Amino acid sequence: MDLLKQISESLQQGDDEKTAKFTGRAIDEKIPTQQILDDGLIAGMTVVGNKFKAHDIFLPDVLMAARAMYAGMDLLKPLMIKENIPIRGKVVIGTVQGDLHDIGKNLVGIMLKGAGFEVIDLGNDVSPAKFVDTAVAENANVIGLSALLTTTMPIMQQVVDLVKQRGLADNISVVIGGAPVTEQYARDIGASAYSFDGINAIDCVDKLITGA
Amino acid sequence: MMRPQVRFLENDLIEQILGEARDILQKLGVTIHNPGIVSMLSDNGAIVGDDGETIRFTSDLIDKALKSVPASFKLYDTLGKEAVDMAGYNVNFTPGSTALNILDHATGEMSRPTTADYIKHVRIVEQMPHIASQSTAMIPSDVPEMISDSYRLYLSLLHGTKPVVTGAFTIEAFGIMKDLQLAVRGSEKELAAKPLTVFSCCPTSPLKWSSVTSQNVIDCAQHMIPVEFVAMPLSGFMAPITLTGTLVQHTAETLSGIVISQFAKPGAPILYGGSPAAFDIRYETTPMGAVETEMIDCAYNEIGKYLNIPTQAYIGLSDAKLLDAQAGFETAMGATLAALSGINNISGPGMLDFESCFSLEKLVLDNEICGMTKRMIKGIEPKEDFPSLPHFEELLRDKHLLISKHTRKYLKEEHYFPSQVIDRANRSRWQEEGALTLGERAHKEVRRLLEAYRPSETDDNAKQTLTRLMRGEARRHKMRELPGQKL
Repeated sequence: MDLLKQISESLQQGDDEKTAKFTGRAIDEKIPTQQILDDGLIAGMTVVGNKFKAHDIFLPDVLMAARAMYAGMDLLKPLMIKENIPIRGKVVIGTVQGDLHDIGKNLVGIMLKGAGFEVIDLGNDVSPAKFVDTAVAENANVIGLSALLTTTMPIMQQVVDLVKQRGLADNISVVIGGAPVTEQYARDIGASAYSFDGINAIDCVDKLITGA
Repeated sequence: MMRPQVRFLENDLIEQILGEARDILQKLGVTIHNPGIVSMLSDNGAIVGDDGETIRFTSDLIDKALKSVPASFKLYDTLGKEAVDMAGYNVNFTPGSTALNILDHATGEMSRPTTADYIKHVRIVEQMPHIASQSTAMIPSDVPEMISDSYRLYLSLLHGTKPVVTGAFTIEAFGIMKDLQLAVRGSEKELAAKPLTVFSCCPTSPLKWSSVTSQNVIDCAQHMIPVEFVAMPLSGFMAPITLTGTLVQHTAETLSGIVISQFAKPGAPILYGGSPAAFDIRYETTPMGAVETEMIDCAYNEIGKYLNIPTQAYIGLSDAKLLDAQAGFETAMGATLAALSGINNISGPGMLDFESCFSLEKLVLDNEICGMTKRMIKGIEPKEDFPSLPHFEELLRDKHLLISKHTRKYLKEEHYFPSQVIDRANRSRWQEEGALTLGERAHKEVRRLLEAYRPSETDDNAKQTLTRLMRGEARRHKMRELPGQKL
């Protein structure tokens, strides 16, 4: 079988060892790094995402695939840096100040990382300044904010405002999510987007970065 | 492991109800409009009244009949594989029976079902994982009444493989309905060894057996075809107002059926069944979704179990006219109680409007209710949960257990995941997927299943014989055509 197809399929099966093995072999066979990434790993993850959306597979299957993705990415990353291949995007995520709930945020992190984005997870109880400072320092494309408490939701507004104040709005998008958060709320506070679950976050961040 | 269970009757009360029912059978007797059966029972010591139809049982007669009833039996599909085990607290769901109407999803209107509707329902039942057997759930209106009983069994055996809960409308129809089964099984011996159908036989409340239904009991017994007795006392109308009084009558009527069946053939398989109901004196209706109806069902099932006889009930259905909230809650409440009571054959899925209207959309919803209740009665048992410490160490280390070995091993066994008929999306995803109502999701599932259906694997020769027999039966009734085929 085609090596890239083998990467894609072992990733879909959530087999991290095989995914790493085939990725390593593809590198040895001098298949271009970008092609291994796009037609092997990301292609496999796209199938997984679609199957999940169609209710054919469950969340653990997606997470197993994400783990396999990490295994492949670990091998590809040094080459990507060397060859100056841009990563799919860089996202700073965290739960906003005053809020310690991070289950949903963690899930979003796993999904985004599994989809090939670089994720910097600031944890919970994160101040607006820390989000923005980190995004600038890391040259991130997106800030992802999570809140579970209605009382901490206003912090999201502060982050959005801070990005605008510092004149970063053209380079950094702010996407928000969490149980009490809605699409309407995102519009009200001027956030770039709202995402309703982990899988949806992949499409959402991808659209913000590619401008699609 | 503890099997979750509900009980309504103490054993003392069961004994008392049985005692009163036996007293009625000995002192008042039952009326049987069937001279052959009257003389058979009279030969065995029953006392025939002056009218020649009222027959009083002796205590010995009842005891002897009860002794020979099998404690369990199995049903086998058309391929000969075991499909249903009527034993102990096993729970098997089958669609409700013999609706006159079908509900049209698009218009919300009822109409008389056609052959096409009937075939659709068979094709869906075939694919319902939580529905163990078929039932002849509707009466196709595009064939004359005199063949409508055998014709629906024919369609069920031709298009489906699951065993069939059915019944004959006349004495004569039994012959063709038995022959259709022989076409599938090959021989009388094989049919007796591997029952394919259950025949519903209904006494008439109070305390009467018509010539047809009592003869059906005998004919089935002689061929070892299982019978479910369906006594229908109506509280406060054709039975005492109290639930206990209704149970006494149900017991008497059912015991009389057991006597008829066991004297025709000792050891003939039966289900201690019924369709009693509360009577709503405001509307003159017999609500199947009334909590009292459900309580009577569960309680007589306890009496059946006390007698060591497998049980059946018409429960887990609704009186609503549409697939609305009432349809859902009445069905779920009945199915939950029935499952907790361990009723062996639960007849209900798909049915609305006092069991007179079938809905394909409700059938796929009810399949989910059945799936959930079946999960519920599996109860709670440890699955590599002890010692617990390693699981929690893993949780604290990995921050979640979504892909732990333990999760992956037990996820699908421990949790029941319903189809997309049941909405469990968050609001945004629900909106993204079309913001569909339950009815719309159910209809979508119906369409998907009808497309996914593949012809049954029943032997082609058997299928040809089924059609030949059905055509012969139609010609015998001077018919020139059956729907879709000239004779």
